[in-house]
Amino acid sequence: MLLIPCPWCGARDESEFTCGGEAHIRRPADPDALDDAHWADYLFMRANPKGSHRERWCHSHGCGRWFNVERDTVTHGIVSVYRMGEPPPGGDGS
Amino acid sequence: MTRYSIFSLARNAMGYHRSWPRAWRSPQPRPSYDIVIVGGGGHGLATAYYLAKEHGLSDIAVIEKGWLGGGNTGRNTTIIRSNYLWDESAHLYEKSLKLYEGLSQELNFNIMLSQRGVLNLAHNEHDLKELSRRVRAIRLNGIDSEILDPQGVKAEVPIANISPSLRYPILGASLQRRGGIARHDAVAWGFARAADARGVDIVQNCEVTGIDIADGRVQGLETTRGRIAARKVGLVAAGHSSVLAAMAGLRLPIESHTLQAMVSEPIKPVLNSVVMSNTVHVYVSQSDKGELVIGAGMDGYNSYSQRGSFQIVEGQMGALIELFPIFSRLSLLRQWGGIVDVCPDASPIVGKTPVDGLFINCGWGTGGFKATPGSGWVFAHTIARDRPHALNAPFALERFASGVLIDEHGAAAVAH
Repeated sequence: MLLIPCPWCGARDESEFTCGGEAHIRRPADPDALDDAHWADYLFMRANPKGSHRERWCHSHGCGRWFNVERDTVTHGIVSVYRMGEPPPGGDGS
Repeated sequence: MTRYSIFSLARNAMGYHRSWPRAWRSPQPRPSYDIVIVGGGGHGLATAYYLAKEHGLSDIAVIEKGWLGGGNTGRNTTIIRSNYLWDESAHLYEKSLKLYEGLSQELNFNIMLSQRGVLNLAHNEHDLKELSRRVRAIRLNGIDSEILDPQGVKAEVPIANISPSLRYPILGASLQRRGGIARHDAVAWGFARAADARGVDIVQNCEVTGIDIADGRVQGLETTRGRIAARKVGLVAAGHSSVLAAMAGLRLPIESHTLQAMVSEPIKPVLNSVVMSNTVHVYVSQSDKGELVIGAGMDGYNSYSQRGSFQIVEGQMGALIELFPIFSRLSLLRQWGGIVDVCPDASPIVGKTPVDGLFINCGWGTGGFKATPGSGWVFAHTIARDRPHALNAPFALERFASGVLIDEHGAAAVAH
C-alpha cells in the first residue's frame, strides 16, 4: 500500500486517494483547428511509461483536493509531490 | 514432434518416463527471420502457430524476455466465454471459443478445457434488465446464452443462497453453458510445441531493447541476444505494449495496471461452474485441484510492478464472503498480480501500425485469456496478408481517431 504525502494533510494511506491518471495533459488551445488524429492523441493516447510517471491524485476521502505526484511505476516510490499549477520539480511539465 | 497418445504413454511408462523428448527446441536466435513475434505468451505463440499452419510460413521466431507464458498467460483466472454485447466483440470472442473447443485435439496437447458454464448473477432490478438485454443481443449473434431464475441458479450452484432477504439477493443470472475454464499454462505450452513442430524458433530470455525503422518500414529488432533482422514484426506484449510502441515512436491509448487474483487452499468439489457477480464484485471458480480461483481487483494507478496493493485482496475477500459465506474459514494459498494493458473502450487493438511491417496486438486488458486462439488466428491473418481479417478490422488503432469505439466495459466479469 502506498503512503501518499498529501500537500495539505500529510502522509496518508493510499485507500484515501483516487488516482486521476497522467498529469500535465493540456487542453488544445484552439479545439476548432484540431484534426481527428490530434483529437485522438489528446483524448486517448497516454505516455504510460515504465519508470518515472507524473500523475494527478485526489485526496477524495480527506481534504478532497487535487495535486500532482511523480511516482515510479515499477518500484511505486514517490519522487515528489507538488500542487496543481506548480511546475514539476526537475523541469518540463508541458 | 512425438505424438502424445495412450501408446506413447504406455511406451514411456516402460522406461520409467526417462525418455520423453523435450516439447520444443531452445534454439539460438538466427540473425534474420521473415517474421518475428515479440512476446511468448499465449497470444504470441498462437500467432506463430497459425502463421505456420494457416498461411504456410515457417521462417518465424517468437522472442520472449522471460519464460513462456510467464506473464498474463500464467496469471489469469483461466475463464473462457464469448458472452459479449456488441457484434464485433461477439464474433471475435466466439471465433476464439470455437477454436478452443477443438484445441486439445488440434494441438495434441490436453488444455483441460472444461465447459462447465459461466453464470453472471443479477442482484437488483437494473442487473436483471441489463442481463436480459445482453442475453438477447448475444443470442441474436448465434451464441448460446440463457436467463436463469433464482431456482435455476440454485440448481446450477447449490451453495448459492437465494433468500430474497439478503443485502444482495440473487434475483437471477445469465448462463453461457459453453463457457468454462481451461489450463492456462497448457494453452501456452500446447501452442509452443505445435509451433515448434512447424519450424518456428522460440527464443526465451531475449528482451527487445530497440526497434529498427528506416524509411517508415521496420527493419529488425535490437535484443539482449543480438540484432535480429525481420521483414515483419508483430508486437504481442500485453502490459509492456506501450514500452515497445515507444521504441517505434508510437503512442498507444493504453494504461498498464496491476490486476490481482488469488487461490484458496484446495477443498473437495463444491462449485461446479464459474460464478460472476459484477454488483458484489467477485468471480470464482474451482480448479480441478480443488482450489477456489478468485478474481479480480485492479489497482487504480499505472504500474509495471506485477504486485498489487493489500487492500485490494481484502476487498476481494469481503466480496467473496458476502456472496458465499461458506468460504469464510478457508485460507488463501497465494495471490499474485499481472500487468494488464487497458484500453479506454475495454476492447483490444489488433492490426497494423503507421510503420510498415510493424503490427500490434494489445489492449486485451483484464480479459485476454479467453481470446488466445482467436487473437492469434486473426493476428496471423493480418500479418501474413498485410491487411486485417473481417473479424479484427473493427479493432484497428485508427478507431480512436474515427471515434468508432467498441465499448465493452460491461462485458467484464466485474467492473474495473
